[in-house]
Amino acid sequence: MEELEKQLLEKIADIRGFQPGTAFSLRRNGSGVERHSTQAVTITAKEDKPGIDIVVRSFTKQEKVHIPVVVTKSGVHDMVYNDFYIQEGADVEIVAGCGIHNSGCDASEHNGIHTFHIGKNARVIYVEKHYGEGTGTGERILNPTTVIHMEEGSFMKMDTAQIGGVDSTIRKTEAFLQANAKLVMSERLMTHGDQKAHSDVIVNLDGEDSVVQIVSRSVGKDTSTQVFHPIAVGNKACRAHIQCDSILMGHSKISSIPEIAANHVDAQIVHEAAIGKINSDQLIKLQTLGLSEEEAEKVIIDGFLK
Amino acid sequence: MLELQHLSFSVEGKDIIQDISAVIEDNGFTVITGPNGGGKSTLAKLIMGIEKPTSGKILFNGIDITDMDIHERSRHKIGYAFQQPPRFKGMTVSDLLSIAHGTKLSEDHCCSYLSDVGLCSKDYLHREVDASLSGGEVKRIEIATLLARDLQLAIFDEPEAGIDLWSFAKLVETFQNMQKKKQLSVILISHQERIMQLADTIMIIENGRVKHQGAKESVLPELMQEFDCRCCKE
Repeated sequence: MEELEKQLLEKIADIRGFQPGTAFSLRRNGSGVERHSTQAVTITAKEDKPGIDIVVRSFTKQEKVHIPVVVTKSGVHDMVYNDFYIQEGADVEIVAGCGIHNSGCDASEHNGIHTFHIGKNARVIYVEKHYGEGTGTGERILNPTTVIHMEEGSFMKMDTAQIGGVDSTIRKTEAFLQANAKLVMSERLMTHGDQKAHSDVIVNLDGEDSVVQIVSRSVGKDTSTQVFHPIAVGNKACRAHIQCDSILMGHSKISSIPEIAANHVDAQIVHEAAIGKINSDQLIKLQTLGLSEEEAEKVIIDGFLK
Repeated sequence: MLELQHLSFSVEGKDIIQDISAVIEDNGFTVITGPNGGGKSTLAKLIMGIEKPTSGKILFNGIDITDMDIHERSRHKIGYAFQQPPRFKGMTVSDLLSIAHGTKLSEDHCCSYLSDVGLCSKDYLHREVDASLSGGEVKRIEIATLLARDLQLAIFDEPEAGIDLWSFAKLVETFQNMQKKKQLSVILISHQERIMQLADTIMIIENGRVKHQGAKESVLPELMQEFDCRCCKE
């Protein structure tokens, strides 16, 4: 593996290659190039379309799966379908993510469609980082779609982060929760230059006592634009809490469009949204602790997006 | 030594601070008091550099700091605790204390600063300094950020406001220790007699001017008498 790829892996998954003892799949410039299964986690290539099937065996405990994607060629247009089958009672951490290095003048694009089937009482931690770099004029485009089916009593924590360098992203997330299922989503996003980001989330709380918690934090710099459209639909006695906070810098524009729907008398759904500049008192406080205005700004943003 | 030389500050034609000249000696404990709206907090902000004076000079250890930015004054070991501290989403109490200290603080050190302000639970270290904390908790953390620093001059703007009685007792004890150790100069804006009792010097500010400045032994009895008379008249 080239050093450049190792660096991208480090950015998106905190690894520099295959970690023995874990399941691993690496996709590079539109093709699967390395794959390792374990006793508990089987990764197989799809035969009808690009992508992989990941099966995590029932009652597996504390397994770790890495499925990074790197794009280092300019002009790559990749579309991949990854299906996850997390069987009953399994406990797994999945680290996905995509890093694009585009030094050419053609756009590089990765579209990942991830579908999760989370079995009864299974527990999933899913981490997905997106990152772009390179000096070329070609756009770096990432469009992730995530569909989540959660069976009774299952739990999923989904942390997604776009940490910079991605010119355009359209993120779509759709979830269906059965009884006592709990989904905790944390979305962090930073855009700069004239980048564009759009995030649609729809969570259907179909089961009794299902719970969703969504925390979205974003920072828009320069002339970038962001749109958030989270929707929670309560179809049974359930709880949903959505919190969207954004910091505006430069001439960025951010829209947050909350949508909540209760189709059951015992559905409790809350949405909070705030968009604004960095509070001047926060800057002053950190300056009184010895930080310059620029350092204070960085500390506030790093903490906010942590 | 802090010297204020003919310091004035006005906003939109309104004089908030008018020709204040005063000296704050090294390692002394000065309590600034006076009626609301008299200019106490503005004076503290002028010393920290949060506001810039319309005229006059501020000298700290002989150096003219009048035009220095806030962070430069901070690097000259001047600290300021806000009356209404800001909150930070995503920043933990331990992060904030470490920033104040200048290097990453151990849990034990963080706990020690927090216990000095009546927050002894380790749970606070990993809590965010956001809206989930009460006003009193944020206020005590604010004071702890000054305790975590190596300062020559610490300015506290009404540190007792919003703090419950039990924590207030602890806070008085902390200020008492500061006063005894005499390792730094303290300027504390307060209306509380128990805090004024700690002072070496009391400065009364009214209508943007120093109405009186002197040793606690002479100023406090006069002040108390004045309060008593006002109460009698009312």
